[in-house]
Amino acid sequence: MSTKKTLFDKVWDSHVVHHIENGPDVLFIDRHMVHEVTSPVAFLGIKDRGIRVMYPEKTFATADHNTPTINQHLPVADPLSANQLRALEENSNEYGISYWGLGHEKNGIVHVVGPEYGITQPGATIVCGDSHTSTHGAFGAIAFGIGTSEVEMVLATQCIMQTKPKSMRITVNGSLSKAVTPKDVALYIISQLTTSGATGYFVEYAGEVFRNMSMEGRMTVCNLSIEMGARGGMIAPDEKTFEYVKGREFTPEGAAWDKAMTYWESLVTDEGAEYDKEVVFDAADIEPMITYGTNPGMGIGISHGIPVAESLEGGVATYKKSLQYMDFHEGDSMIGKRIDFVFLGSCTNGRIEDFRAFTSLIKGRQKADHVTAWLVPGSHKVEAAIKEEGLLDILTDAGFELREPGCSACLAMNDDKVPAGKYAVSTSNRNFEGRQGPGSRTLLASPLVAAAAAVTGKVTDPRELMEFETA
Amino acid sequence: MAYDKFNILTSSAVPLPIENVDTDQIIPARFLKATERKGFGDNLFRDWRYNADNTPKENFVLNNPIYSGKILVGGKNFGSGSSREHAAWAVYDYGFRCVVSSFFADIFRNNCLNIGVLPVQVSAEFLDKIYKAIETDPNTELEISLPDQTITIKATGAKESFDINDYKKANMLNGFDDIDYLLNIKEDIREFALDRPL
Ligand code: SF4
Repeated sequence: MSTKKTLFDKVWDSHVVHHIENGPDVLFIDRHMVHEVTSPVAFLGIKDRGIRVMYPEKTFATADHNTPTINQHLPVADPLSANQLRALEENSNEYGISYWGLGHEKNGIVHVVGPEYGITQPGATIVCGDSHTSTHGAFGAIAFGIGTSEVEMVLATQCIMQTKPKSMRITVNGSLSKAVTPKDVALYIISQLTTSGATGYFVEYAGEVFRNMSMEGRMTVCNLSIEMGARGGMIAPDEKTFEYVKGREFTPEGAAWDKAMTYWESLVTDEGAEYDKEVVFDAADIEPMITYGTNPGMGIGISHGIPVAESLEGGVATYKKSLQYMDFHEGDSMIGKRIDFVFLGSCTNGRIEDFRAFTSLIKGRQKADHVTAWLVPGSHKVEAAIKEEGLLDILTDAGFELREPGCSACLAMNDDKVPAGKYAVSTSNRNFEGRQGPGSRTLLASPLVAAAAAVTGKVTDPRELMEFETA
Repeated sequence: MAYDKFNILTSSAVPLPIENVDTDQIIPARFLKATERKGFGDNLFRDWRYNADNTPKENFVLNNPIYSGKILVGGKNFGSGSSREHAAWAVYDYGFRCVVSSFFADIFRNNCLNIGVLPVQVSAEFLDKIYKAIETDPNTELEISLPDQTITIKATGAKESFDINDYKKANMLNGFDDIDYLLNIKEDIREFALDRPL
């Protein structure tokens, strides 16, 4: 076997406590994030076994999936949600886990607050009972979503059992065109690979496009790794990463920082290391993207028409069922389709950079009257930055309101539900049937495309609205 | 949580020939508010199974009494999307012990194995044969042998083998779970943790 290692190998191999012959590895977990929805049964499990949480200081709890995005200071009205939130608080207290509940200054979406407070670090193994845990891979961590049985494993033993995935490198060379954001890069890759194209793999993103991307952008890309079926995606840490991590609450300091840096700087793929699969794309082929179907792989460049079934691989029946759900037709142009809702938020696009992008486009314009817009920051920190940077004033002038942090319409467990039959342009990550409310129809897109739709009330190419700004 | 042992399962099967069935369809998010693991089977495929007024949708397979059994046969890329183990719980709670597909999403597959539902991955051709057999006779039985790692269509004798790693196989045969294993090596874990920088 070659001694040359990929970034993924380096981090994985250094966390293997035990290898079981023809079985999984026992993988040590450095950081564990929990939220109210996927943890209660795991806590019940350890209670039933009569055991304690092995390393409570390595687990962090935040409430996000099931929380209202208005009037967070009031008691949660829905009794089931309130009960779930109470369970998380009680379990956190009982086992000595830091708990950032509703109203806490550090509260926010689990994958937004992790990086904000330095819980997310290069070279770490990070898990959470949410598939978009892959977000944290932006820092060169191995981060992935787990099921509740696995949450229980981590609480009980700080380890999980995992078979090592295969490795895939996705390289995007060149530079991005106007109005093409990290979200578009990710939606483009998924549209090329399909939603199962990376199943069984762990992805490393490489090439100029990712090198030049901000940490926020890298998080957006890694976040969406799961939508191509990959367990996770990661990007080798560099100066930008270290700069971002430095000085945050849970980041090492002094001698510990120096020691950490020695490790972090070693986190690059060795020259000549091999991947099980390599794909290469050219940045010039990517334009602002939008989805037209019921999985994130059903995306196209915004100026294109909806593909005809026969031109695609895979099940024609499933494809037609999907278009029927959306009430779209093969060959339709997406541009000009009337929309009803806009959602800016989620762990995919709920960070400050996303609000900056959205605001840049709506500045001096007005929200379309018939559009309901939910602008939901990913955390209180993001919310504060929106206010400090003066973005809130621009949003308010344009007829928008800002809500309080949470997952909101990303999965519509709270009241932020898109009604049946209505269309939402959403910066979140999933356009599955009913994801944003029973019968809802979701078009996934970037914050720029969402902004363009919010002011025109229909699917609009953001480049058109940007034209005069960049003469 | 310890679960039922799995050895040989012979049962009729329920066909769901749709691709990319995601976990939001298996169990929609609004049913994830429980703090205990029970009752999820009632909401399995909720929005495909029931109208908004809670009346059953006649043309959905779970509402068709001619199909029954402990095996669910799904299309390619079954279980994609969210990591919610509730999806696997719903499948189990409804009464399925095995899901057959030509391709599974990773997390769903793991979740199934962790709670005692056996994911059986077959070739696309074999999946077709199963659908044809069920079409011919809805009561047709499949035999799934975990010890031999084979799946057989009883009526035709068509047979294919499937993969599962030795460790998981032993767990399922004995009804053990991973935590039993991990708790046994706790001291090794403690020692390992001493060297971790974080
Ligand atoms: S925003 Fe959506 S994807 Fe992200 S953690 Fe919340 S529910 Fe999961």
